[in-house]
Amino acid sequence: MESKDSLCTVERRGRVHLITITGADDHRLNPTRLAAIRSAVAASTGAGALVIAGEGKYFSNGFDTEWVRTAPSHLHATMDGTFRALVADLFSLPMPTVAAVTGHAAAAGCALALAHDAVVMRGSRGFLYMSEVDAGIKIVDFFAELVREKVPDAVARRDQLLRGDKMTAAEAVRRGIVDAAVDGGVEDVVEAAVAEAERLAARGWDGEVVAEIRKALWPKVWSKVKDHGAGPAAPRPRL
Amino acid sequence: MCTLEQRGRVFVLTLTGDGEHRLGHALISSLRSAIASAAEAAAKAGPGAALVTVGEGRFFSNGLDIGWAGTSRARLGELVDALRPLAADLLALPMPTVAALTGHASAGGFLLALCHDYRIMRGDRGVLYMSEVDIGLPLPPYFGAVLRAKITSANALRDVALRGKKVKAAEGKEMGIVDAVYPSAAETAAEAFKFAEQLAARKWNGGVYASIRMSMFPEACRSVGIVEESDEEKRKHFASKL
Repeated sequence: MESKDSLCTVERRGRVHLITITGADDHRLNPTRLAAIRSAVAASTGAGALVIAGEGKYFSNGFDTEWVRTAPSHLHATMDGTFRALVADLFSLPMPTVAAVTGHAAAAGCALALAHDAVVMRGSRGFLYMSEVDAGIKIVDFFAELVREKVPDAVARRDQLLRGDKMTAAEAVRRGIVDAAVDGGVEDVVEAAVAEAERLAARGWDGEVVAEIRKALWPKVWSKVKDHGAGPAAPRPRL
Repeated sequence: MCTLEQRGRVFVLTLTGDGEHRLGHALISSLRSAIASAAEAAAKAGPGAALVTVGEGRFFSNGLDIGWAGTSRARLGELVDALRPLAADLLALPMPTVAALTGHASAGGFLLALCHDYRIMRGDRGVLYMSEVDIGLPLPPYFGAVLRAKITSANALRDVALRGKKVKAAEGKEMGIVDAVYPSAAETAAEAFKFAEQLAARKWNGGVYASIRMSMFPEACRSVGIVEESDEEKRKHFASKL
């Protein structure tokens, strides 16, 4: 099944709903691509776990600044809003999520990876890079909150955000930002992510409970994105 | 009290003299003035600057001038209040900051060191020491907030603040408090300067750099009195660059 404009593809592998951001380009996130990914995420109903991966050299190189340059300024908030909506969708997804960082992940691309429950990254190639300091772009609050909550170590966070360190998978694993480095090519990384997702799906967790626990673990990020997402299911009774 | 010199793109702020560099009204004012000059000079020169702070002699700073405060709680309160905007100046400074720890940093002095982006320390002697628990003084709220922002290992934070641990450089590195260790005071100062030069050479926009720094610990910024920019203002800045 392909999404509109073939910006990403979707397939099922066992219990895993695998979304691949397609194209030989650097997978910049603009409202169109973000909407396509959101559609793909919404199509995960019935799966046991979700993986988002990239094909080619890039996972995602961040927001589409070319698009922003030509779009009227009142639409800039739309891109921010659509990205928040995607993060909200991932946070409220009733299944474990794994990012397969198959290539470079920069700025919003890096944030997108961090918005998953687990991150596996290609060992031989590609950097995790919060490029904002080098690009001269200020970081909005929910973005900073996502990094604060997912990268709690002050030194790792400083090196990432304030020094713009380009981290290899090994470095990212050492600093606790990424869960595993995977040798080989893009397909090896995808397979490893799918295998991890399959293991998580095999735990048989109640998906709604997974989503509620996730929101409880990172409540500040959730509170800053929840009004943008697809909307919650009826809340489960709490014990 | 203190001097500011500019060497290329790096501003070197030196706490002068062989004493303890106790933070009283006069030294705090001098430091604030010097830091403001550095920021102003950097703004005129364009992107790419860095600050190194170093103390002459055996101390970086041994903390607030409690000798002056004596038994007066009012005076102690004044010093605590006076240090807060200096902490804010550092946390909001539009350039990277490096503390060259060639001597002891205790209490308010340790806090100042923590308000820098990086800490480079001599390994042969000298300690970082939050002495308050030992001398029977509570931590002002903004001290707690800065400690929480910069020391994120729960055990390290507990050891520093609740146990009054005297942290040497090598241990500080393991605790995530010290970034690099050098064998002597002279090497520490030289390497801190070189490191600052490398940071300045990245030519980061000062306003953006400060904004990103502050976004890492908004609670600490609020506690020292910094008002953070809104997302709306940040987006306008982005739009203006297109």
